Amino acid sequence: MSLLEHTPSAAQRRRAEYRRRQTVRSVLVAAASTAVLGTLLVLAVTGAPGWDRVRESFLDPAVARDALPAVLTGLWLNVRLLVCCAVGALLLGLLIALLRTLRGPVFFPVRALAAGYTYTFRGLPLIIVLYVLTLGVPGLRLRGMPPVLVLGALALVLTYGGYLAEVFRAGIESVHPSQLAAARSLGLTYRQTMRHVVLPQAVRRVAPPLLNDVVALQKDVGLVSLAGPIDAVRAAQIATAETFNYTPYILAGALFVLLAIPLIAVTDWVTLRAARRQSGG
Amino acid sequence: MPVLTCRGLRKEFGDHVVLDGLDLTVDEHQVVALIGASGSGKSTLLRCVNLLEELDDGVIELDGAEISDPRVNPDLVRRRIGMVFQSYNLFPHLTVLENVTLAPRRVHRRARAEAEAQARELLDRVGLGAKADAYPDRLSGGQQQRVAIVRALANSPRLMLLDEVTSALDPELVGEVLAMIRDLKADGMTMVLATHEMGFAREVADQVCFLDGGRVVEAGPPAQVLGEPTQPRTRQFLRRIIEAGRL
Repeated sequence: MSLLEHTPSAAQRRRAEYRRRQTVRSVLVAAASTAVLGTLLVLAVTGAPGWDRVRESFLDPAVARDALPAVLTGLWLNVRLLVCCAVGALLLGLLIALLRTLRGPVFFPVRALAAGYTYTFRGLPLIIVLYVLTLGVPGLRLRGMPPVLVLGALALVLTYGGYLAEVFRAGIESVHPSQLAAARSLGLTYRQTMRHVVLPQAVRRVAPPLLNDVVALQKDVGLVSLAGPIDAVRAAQIATAETFNYTPYILAGALFVLLAIPLIAVTDWVTLRAARRQSGG
Repeated sequence: MPVLTCRGLRKEFGDHVVLDGLDLTVDEHQVVALIGASGSGKSTLLRCVNLLEELDDGVIELDGAEISDPRVNPDLVRRRIGMVFQSYNLFPHLTVLENVTLAPRRVHRRARAEAEAQARELLDRVGLGAKADAYPDRLSGGQQQRVAIVRALANSPRLMLLDEVTSALDPELVGEVLAMIRDLKADGMTMVLATHEMGFAREVADQVCFLDGGRVVEAGPPAQVLGEPTQPRTRQFLRRIIEAGRL
């Protein structure tokens, strides 16, 4: 019997009709409960005794308009830093993870160094790394010292590289030993096995947590402003100091969220795809 | 000269002795079936021959040259030995064609076009030509295992090691894999296969070795080992197989 010729039985038609009614009902219930909760929240906030004062000092459209150019200029610095630091940290993390998998006595110092690095920089607060690199290192007055912005980016790369290295390492270790046995039995060397069999599978598997760390990095790149460069939050702070109005902070926060949405959406999509592939779909 | 000679192989995992002075000789074009209970050392023996496990004692020779010498480069040895695993172990991120051409391209440095032409020919011969561009998870177990055999053959090995290659398959898919091994025997491939398929061992093997306690307890033509075993332990093992309806 072909699929096209199949006419649903009475029982199946009743079931389909019932499910359709249930779906409509669910949508209506969801809409109603959302409306009720939303109204309550708005009433609670706007009905608060201090609401008018808060609105003036946090949500003033005129102040937002004036602060926008400076905040956007700062945000552009955030974006550029994010791209450079994300690429740098991913490369450094991958390198460290690979160094930690090297075997043989010759590589002991390399392994120890890589392990020491991940221990140190995952434990060290980012702000301290930033201060040491942007304030301490220039103090050495060496020739050819890179600008503070580059040193700040380096601090971010070093700190996030430590986290990403562990994510990569978890991915490498998650590839089943039977895959290594199959690759080695074909005569592939250890390096070829890593390059063609283990890493492609590992990176695919840890893509969601890697991207998640990049989303976190997006917020932390602004910390370079502690050393001078003006990012979006610092620009908002300056504007606030001029007007005694906190609206620029809200503006910067909203822009950060807007910036994060595409990255988070990509992360969710990659995670979903990985989950589907895992279930053999 | 035999293709493979194993003398006095010993392998321990912690306190457990898996191989205990095992001897085995495989001549050219010969098919040797290893039978025995789980844990009798069949898989460990194959993994030792392919240098995937380090020996605790004994000597393995391939074409008369010792390969168990630690100074021998294991990558060079493994190129000459094809291995097929119980769970196929295809690379899930590569297509069938990429699985088959990986070793010819990366190990033997063949040009891509040449390697792919050879791979397609091998796949066509076993009726998998249409699956060349599919990913392994789109294939049935039987098809995956046949691809795994083709992948091992693409290296033109001197010796094939088959480790329980039908054990993970649904019963109706076992036949297609066994047919492929039968064809390999007809082509004169030298093979060592660990198997639970007694009927197949009887049909395809030139020699059957019964392993127990990490040694070859009894070896000989299939009719003798499976039909008139002389050792009590072989008889006991076969009686259990018959009781399970597998012979």
